[in-house]
Amino acid sequence: MRERHPRSVNFEIPRYILFMTYFSNIKTAVSTVFEGMTITFSHLLREPMTIQYPDRTPLPVKDTLPPRYRGFLCVRPEICTACTLCQKTCPIDCIVIEHSKDEELKQRVMTRFDIDMAKCMFCGLCTEQCSTGAIYFTNEFEASTSNIKDLVFKFIKQGEKVIPYKIPRKKKPAAAAAETQAAAKEKKE
Amino acid sequence: MQPFIDQIISECEILQGLPLWFSYLIFQLIFCGIIFVFVAVFAMLAGYAERRVAGRIQSRIGPNRVGPQGILQSLADGIKVFLKEDIIPTHADHILFRLAPYFIFIGMFLSFVAIPFSSQWVIADLDIGIFYLLAVESLVVIGIVMSGWASNNKWSLLGGMRSAAQIVSYEVPVALTILLVVMYSGTMSIQGIIMAQGAAPWNWNIFQTPFLFVAFFPLFMGSLAEGNRMPFDMPEAESELVSGYNTEYSGFRFVIFFFAEFSNLYLIGALATVLFFGGWQAGPLPDFVNGLLGIETPLSAAIVKNLVELCVFMFKSLCLVFIVIQLRWTLPRVRVDQLMNICWKYLVPVAFFNLVVMGIWMVVVPEYVTDIVALCMTACGVLLLGYFFYRVAWQLKNTKARLRFNPLS
Repeated sequence: MRERHPRSVNFEIPRYILFMTYFSNIKTAVSTVFEGMTITFSHLLREPMTIQYPDRTPLPVKDTLPPRYRGFLCVRPEICTACTLCQKTCPIDCIVIEHSKDEELKQRVMTRFDIDMAKCMFCGLCTEQCSTGAIYFTNEFEASTSNIKDLVFKFIKQGEKVIPYKIPRKKKPAAAAAETQAAAKEKKE
Repeated sequence: MQPFIDQIISECEILQGLPLWFSYLIFQLIFCGIIFVFVAVFAMLAGYAERRVAGRIQSRIGPNRVGPQGILQSLADGIKVFLKEDIIPTHADHILFRLAPYFIFIGMFLSFVAIPFSSQWVIADLDIGIFYLLAVESLVVIGIVMSGWASNNKWSLLGGMRSAAQIVSYEVPVALTILLVVMYSGTMSIQGIIMAQGAAPWNWNIFQTPFLFVAFFPLFMGSLAEGNRMPFDMPEAESELVSGYNTEYSGFRFVIFFFAEFSNLYLIGALATVLFFGGWQAGPLPDFVNGLLGIETPLSAAIVKNLVELCVFMFKSLCLVFIVIQLRWTLPRVRVDQLMNICWKYLVPVAFFNLVVMGIWMVVVPEYVTDIVALCMTACGVLLLGYFFYRVAWQLKNTKARLRFNPLS
């Protein structure tokens, strides 16, 4: 026989307590199953939490996004100055801009403006650099396609030439002052 | 079944020309076909309903895309499973592997022979119907052990062994409870047991005495265990045994397992309905419907009567099926030792106690006392149901839940 620990007591659970635990077990089982059934039944009457995403949402998800949501990049070529700051600032080089001097128009023209959205990490540095807001985030985000090349967005079509936007020069302070004086005179008269 | 067929033959002139045995044969085949279709359709719809109920219980929606409200989901799943390659593992026992699903399905399907759907619509009203049901349901064990052994897969084998242990153990409380009901009704014929009860709730066996009420639970839990349903679904415990005894099956054979599982779900409900909830007893309802429709010919009156009784039987058994489904999504799975504990330490003594006490009750207590007790028990049952719904309302109120009563959204 194993030696007893000096402090251990010879403790035996009395028979009647074992007998009582038998019935208390049954009572616990019945009451807990009953309670569980009421909970699950109450869940049958509750509203499901599911959002049936693509086609059965109350509003299109696109319209519920916050205003500064970073979705796909988009470019308005008509106000792009072809400064190529966005291309230079892009940390992963997903923007490609080509521009050259056109002989016919005697002017600098953009011939290519591609953004590879598959590479883009939506850091937003390009939109912060842009002086005219030509490149900006939209709230489109559904990017799944069967071909990854579909994610290269071309904002200038092949063979198209876009004349860069020229920001109107600010008038010199002196000239501006003269103009206001003239305007004031006209008002007096 | 025979009186009904006789009635049809007496009404129909074409059948009178044929030999009697031939028309009997044809009708029996037709009814067997109907049962087969019923089992298939029930398996499909129950699979769908179970997933929808599970969805709502877990605050999801469940399948709702295939067909109107997703009702064809099971059909789509079935087609998908049918198109799978029928694989037999290289080291499996080929003959047993192929044979096992049929054993299981035959075991299930033979049980339907003795299930009375109405007063006349029962394939065979055997004098020892309930005994036959017990015997035939045990055939499933052979199929399960066979599939588990033949698969040559440790999970399948463990699943099969667990199932065998479980079904053999739970047969005891179920048999004892059925014995109690047989003792109380004085017959082993299933129709006889139903006839001994009545249409009103206070004539049902479950509300006759407190002991019969308690006896319902060993039977119900035992049926759950025999049907491998939660919380006793040890043989196919997904988290432990992949899928249990049917792990290695694919294609059509897997569909047979699926059918057997869901037809067994219906059998659980039907057995409890027959033994404790008055079966197809509809009281004055069939006469009322006949009067409403103004039907006078005896054959159509009989058909309407049977249809009404069928509806009553279906309603009761499907309510129980719903409870079984709800239990599955309420309770966690028990351990193997707990499983055996529940059976041998709780269900068997309770069933024995009920058997003995009911025997004494039947000898000692006069009949009018039993009638009064039955009324009191019915009142208690209604109060219990009321308390259940009170608790449901309390749960909803307490959690300030947003309600959606439409079951299909």
